[in-house]
Amino acid sequence: MADDRDALITGIGLISCLGSGIEATWESLASFSPVLDLESFAPFPVHPMAPLELDKQIPKRGDQRQMEAWQRIGVFAAGLALDAAQLKGNTDLLGRMDMIVAAGGGERDYAVDAAILSGYGKQENPGGWLNERLLSDLRPTLFLAQLSNLLAGNISIVHGVTGSSRTFMGEEPAGADAVRIACARIAAGQGDVVLVGGSYNAQRPDVLLQCELGGTLGRAPFAGVWSRQKAGGGMFMGSVGCFLVIESRASAVARGVAPYARIAAVKTDRCRRDAGQATANAQAQLAALPAFDAANTAVISSASGVAAPTQEEAAWLATLGLPVRSTATAIGHSMEPAFLASMALAAASVRQGTLFPALDPAEAPMTAPLRSALVTGWGHWRGESLALVTAA
Amino acid sequence: MDTDRLGRPIVVVTGMGIITSLGEGQAANWQALTAGRSGIRRISRFPIDNMKTTIAGTVDFLPVAEQSAPALSQHLAERVIEEAVAEAKIGRPGDFPGPLLLALPPVEMEWAQRLALAAASGAPTTGDGQVSYDDLLRAASSGKFEAYYRRFLFASVGEALADRFGTKGSPIATSTACASGGTAIQLGVEAIRRGDSAAALVVGTDASVNQESLIRFSLLSALSTRNDPPSSASRPFSKDREGFVMAEGAGALVLESLASARARGAEILGVVEGCGEQADGFHRTRSSPDGKPIIACMRNALADAGLSPDAVGYINAHGTGTPENDKMEWVGVSTVFGERAGAIPMSSNKSMIGHTLTAAGAVEAIFSILTLRHQVLPPTINYDIPDPSLPVDCVPNVARAVSGVRHAISNSFGFGGQNVCLVLGVA
Repeated sequence: MADDRDALITGIGLISCLGSGIEATWESLASFSPVLDLESFAPFPVHPMAPLELDKQIPKRGDQRQMEAWQRIGVFAAGLALDAAQLKGNTDLLGRMDMIVAAGGGERDYAVDAAILSGYGKQENPGGWLNERLLSDLRPTLFLAQLSNLLAGNISIVHGVTGSSRTFMGEEPAGADAVRIACARIAAGQGDVVLVGGSYNAQRPDVLLQCELGGTLGRAPFAGVWSRQKAGGGMFMGSVGCFLVIESRASAVARGVAPYARIAAVKTDRCRRDAGQATANAQAQLAALPAFDAANTAVISSASGVAAPTQEEAAWLATLGLPVRSTATAIGHSMEPAFLASMALAAASVRQGTLFPALDPAEAPMTAPLRSALVTGWGHWRGESLALVTAA
Repeated sequence: MDTDRLGRPIVVVTGMGIITSLGEGQAANWQALTAGRSGIRRISRFPIDNMKTTIAGTVDFLPVAEQSAPALSQHLAERVIEEAVAEAKIGRPGDFPGPLLLALPPVEMEWAQRLALAAASGAPTTGDGQVSYDDLLRAASSGKFEAYYRRFLFASVGEALADRFGTKGSPIATSTACASGGTAIQLGVEAIRRGDSAAALVVGTDASVNQESLIRFSLLSALSTRNDPPSSASRPFSKDREGFVMAEGAGALVLESLASARARGAEILGVVEGCGEQADGFHRTRSSPDGKPIIACMRNALADAGLSPDAVGYINAHGTGTPENDKMEWVGVSTVFGERAGAIPMSSNKSMIGHTLTAAGAVEAIFSILTLRHQVLPPTINYDIPDPSLPVDCVPNVARAVSGVRHAISNSFGFGGQNVCLVLGVA
């Protein structure tokens, strides 16, 4: 039953190795072959960002220069989402629009870091020398490219979204909670139009270092998320930007925009990840979803590839008996925007009425029309999320 | 009535916990704050050679096993939550009946860890030897540094707090720079108003005074360099103010619906009457010169509370002591409050505790509630040279007893243009 407070997806901005925009992504998925950079960070393959015509979404060169790659990726994707929702230039609405960004931190100056690491041990007064180097070598504006909340800040500056601005941190669950809070606010009348998204630049040694400290990265050769489990699993990181415009039905109807899909429910939870706890969370979330027709439903999984949670999720998904697609197989794993990218793929598939082809020998084909999709978001370390995306 | 004029559950505060450079706990902090004491001191945590700024409001009276911003931030958060939950007498140990909303500084590996990885990599660190991220990655692959992985995940602090205090659901860690504490409170208020939960645990924490963080702010020319004596450095509204002082601290609030608090017979410490926000798209570090976002932020908060500006009897200023902030805050206040602006007391806790950054919104909301409870206005210390362009009653240098102040606002304006204003009321 259509309700004024339904949460609809009216804009999608998705950029990744598979292309710039949801349409380009959809075309790439129709004849999928993995896009990988095997050399730059060997032995760790990464899914590199597709070439972007930055001027189209970030017209001022000064703005482009003030940002590092993770921010440019996010601001670009946000612009695509606003374009799709026909919000660009609607100054009044943008000025009232809410925003929730899921973000980590920004790039470092790798040359400065290397010089300090190389010289530190050779100093008589290493602490004082570190101060001197940082004071003279760090670019003053680099801080503004590093702060987590400055992706949102740049979106306010470049696109004029200023109603509210909140940044959530915390890897994958941050993206899922951003969607959950946006939908809850819309349902309760605490907001009408929310820009929700995140970005991740995988082509950075410092983020790969963080992942490798936990032994969570996979090595070449490439295999899909499910198939790589035979070789011990692991993550292949991908550069991804994904933003969604989530809007009340009342607002979408009033503006006359065609929605991609409806977010019928989104649940998030956590556990210590003792054996079976994540499955118990997922099962409870599934039980709390509205009814859906299993014959016309598929799963878009955000599984990271890390062995323990991915294998536990695969075992749980097997009990559902639904066709499954892995977002990380397609575009790499991307932490904060991972769940958002899965939501985007789910919404696009529901709007098309078909699921895209299998990406991995472990994924079953689907010939029935697609009317709804389950989206999973199990973090590589913590956090379990589940959403139901249905036709609008 | 347990609901407000819009039928929303009224949100009250039933427990508070606080740590600043002035000390630990509500009693110690309130005593020092109303005595006009400064918590700013010379930095002893790391070498200060070559630094232009050598002072901060560090919390170094609590022994911690591990020195990193997330470790110390987590420790402060644990202690203030203990105090807040004990005061609220809510739930059971390890079983808090609501979500966790956490204001947290961004998490990043620090120099101690990078240097340890470089040493373990076997890369030559003498002579002409060069160390690169490839070497750090090789050291990481040894598997010997898994503790760093868990420590420097952004989710680590929230997850650890959720494990320890048994909060419900996925913890949210938020950053809106210097407005983060206000944002966390707003998230809690909204959850209770929606009926998602009868209670919420809000905490803002920040212990990120380290070499690189200090230098980053220093490079933006944001910090006071008036190092001697340290207590004189933070001088909001004074004509010779020249920057803020980095500081550490944490504040926790147990938020609860009035209905739930009444049903439990809990003591009500204050009311969160309204929240307002408005982002600024003008510039990455400067606020819009017309003050519109700040004005809209305060007006949104008053509208949310259903109050006219006339009802406000005290303003807990953002008051960082940078030339720009204090000027723009006055532009905002004088527009919103009109002719009354200069007559409404408006003091800055930061004159004494420095700028607790991510924690500031939570810490200063707690001080605002204590101000209303005690009907004593904490002063703005170091107010030596009035600035004729800011005709503000900043409660100069000495605390002031008042009566009949029923509503206060607390402002938080963040780098990156994120602004939050809270309206707080007497119980």
